[in-house]
Amino acid sequence: MNIIKSHIYSLLEKDQRLDGRKFDEIRKNITIEYGVSPNSAEGSARVKIGNTEVVAGVKFEVIEPYPDQPDKGTIMAGVELLPLSSPEFESGPPNIWAVELARAVVDRGLRESGAIDFKSLCIKKNEAAWAVIIDVYSMNDDGNLADAIGLCALAALKDAKFPKYDEKSKKVLYEERTNKGISLKEMPIPVTVIKIKDKILVDPSLEEEECADARLTVTTLEDGRVCALQKGEREPLTIEDVENMIEMSIKKGKELRKLFK
Amino acid sequence: MYKKRSDGRKFDEIRPVEAKVGLIKRADGSAMFRIGKTIAIAAVYGPRELYPKFLQDHSKGILRCNYNMMSFSGSGERVRPGGSRRSKEISMLTESALSPVLDLSEFPGAVVDVFVEILQSDAGTRCAGICAAAMALADAGFNMKDLVSAVSVGRVEDKLVVDLDNVEEHYEDEREVADIPVAIMPRTGKITLLQMDGICSKEQLSKAMQLAQEACKKIYEVQKKALMERYKI
Amino acid sequence: MGDLLVKDKELVIPGQDLATGMDFLPASGTFRDNDKIVATQLGSVSVNGRLIKIMPLNGRYIPKRGDIVIGKIVDMNFSNWFVDIGYANDAVLSSKEISVDYVEKGTDLSQYYDLGDYIAAGITNVSKLKLIDLTMRGQGLRKLTNGRIIKISSVKVPRLIGKEGSMISMIKDITECKIMVGQNGLVWINGPDGKKELLAVEAINLISEKTQEPNLTEKVKEFLEKRKKENV
Repeated sequence: MNIIKSHIYSLLEKDQRLDGRKFDEIRKNITIEYGVSPNSAEGSARVKIGNTEVVAGVKFEVIEPYPDQPDKGTIMAGVELLPLSSPEFESGPPNIWAVELARAVVDRGLRESGAIDFKSLCIKKNEAAWAVIIDVYSMNDDGNLADAIGLCALAALKDAKFPKYDEKSKKVLYEERTNKGISLKEMPIPVTVIKIKDKILVDPSLEEEECADARLTVTTLEDGRVCALQKGEREPLTIEDVENMIEMSIKKGKELRKLFK
Repeated sequence: MYKKRSDGRKFDEIRPVEAKVGLIKRADGSAMFRIGKTIAIAAVYGPRELYPKFLQDHSKGILRCNYNMMSFSGSGERVRPGGSRRSKEISMLTESALSPVLDLSEFPGAVVDVFVEILQSDAGTRCAGICAAAMALADAGFNMKDLVSAVSVGRVEDKLVVDLDNVEEHYEDEREVADIPVAIMPRTGKITLLQMDGICSKEQLSKAMQLAQEACKKIYEVQKKALMERYKI
Repeated sequence: MGDLLVKDKELVIPGQDLATGMDFLPASGTFRDNDKIVATQLGSVSVNGRLIKIMPLNGRYIPKRGDIVIGKIVDMNFSNWFVDIGYANDAVLSSKEISVDYVEKGTDLSQYYDLGDYIAAGITNVSKLKLIDLTMRGQGLRKLTNGRIIKISSVKVPRLIGKEGSMISMIKDITECKIMVGQNGLVWINGPDGKKELLAVEAINLISEKTQEPNLTEKVKEFLEKRKKENV
């Protein structure tokens, strides 16, 4: 067996993690920076969890609403795992991991939580509505990109301000930004918990991710309700496992939520 | 007659420049270069195995550059992800701007990958990318005869200008603007990248290249400082 | 006649002029351009009589015969293992080089070393095309079991080892850890517990960041002793 894996196992038996953290301890240095691309993106942010770093940006476009939702706008989330951020990532179109992150962590969290009032994105019923497009890019992978990506998408949305829309010419005037932001009704916070053997660990480091038997990303709301779940890796989980992991995510979600205040 | 630049700069003045080295921990070398509002981030990985095998050069390692604009980096509409002919062209140009200074003879058959991402663009992105990439390669410890500094010079109506911004690049009358990205090896002043969009007389071109050399001296000082800062005691 | 344009131990960047005239001789990390000696690497100047060289602050590992390296088994076939030692090509360990025992043809090699195993091996040969041969025959060469692996830049290895091993011995003593440093920058650490290992990791990272500083051994010793007190 891989020496790193066996070492992680033997340390876990003594209730120790490779980097000295407790099982329910998130990395200490987490930062959120707003407006990292203020001139071009309508909203942008950078999130660091330890050495893991991602950036996200929001662009607005005007679309014709879908016929079955004539008074609603839409959101679209994309994630790219850049080859710049890790020797493991290749150039090319987003791989399945990136797509999973975009759908499960960003998109689902935002949609299911009711964070965005899609009606508020309507410009003119049946004719025009805002499409909010969030793009998240990994800048350095040191484990747990999932949570960094989820948090960064939120931060970029918080930072976003609508550009002006000229109804006559039907053009978006990107050079003219309004003071109006997207009012987020909820802040869905993702927390990833992994299971190695029978131990449950939050905010996995790079080495821990590679040994994870199972992974659960739990997205929670302020009142503690769960709004998105995504299980990964190969091993099955018992109901008790899931309950414990959700417990831990709710607790840690509260801590992370404070970063946005 | 071109009287005044929109941000009040002198015609031969570059925008404020900022640089930082070593920001991407997993990369072998990395750097950020900012000129005005344009921000480029570069990371180097290598030497590593090169696939497909037929691309391998058994006498030395090869340099491979990939330039990409983040979707939200353009000041207008969202940039469609996935690269374009423009980004492919710039990738190749970046590589030919940097290759002359690199000595990769110790790594036959291998590839050194340089990734350039544009976080925010306000003209001059290819030059900013080259400046960042050069610092990243030095940060990684590669043998380089020199750094490479780059800047766009050009003509707006009757004036030769240095470091065109977005307004100038998209000047209303296309015939009255020429955009000339130049990359220079600061030690010798030799040119490793030269392109032009627009029309210039040969006298204007000569003067433009001289202006580029002067401007690159200032850019070089910023790059040098950033590299030294990384390892300052 | 010649002029030194920089001081000993000064930090320089590629392309920077170091000296003029024909008096000085360009050594590693420098080249001569007519009457100037120029740096080709980011690092500190080292002037030794007439020789000028650069001590690089970072650099890619260049495999050399005789080096002991730590590598990871990434592939194998019937008679060889392929080992990632942090270089562009994987190194090759032949089944003939693993021990004094004779390995029968057709034996499943994974019973000796399997995919993902880390080994401490010696480089026996580096060909012109940089094909690298390894051996497991030699003192201290073995499969590494239990412990963690971290990576530092290969150019910092001499500093980490110290004069006649003084720096690394000091770290081993104070942290009570077994440590093995590969010339390729991979370091194996095995301690009595996770905390002591982390202390060794901190010390190694400190050395990595402050390679340039004088009296580094003293500083690291102070740091370790202070942290050890805090941890107890």
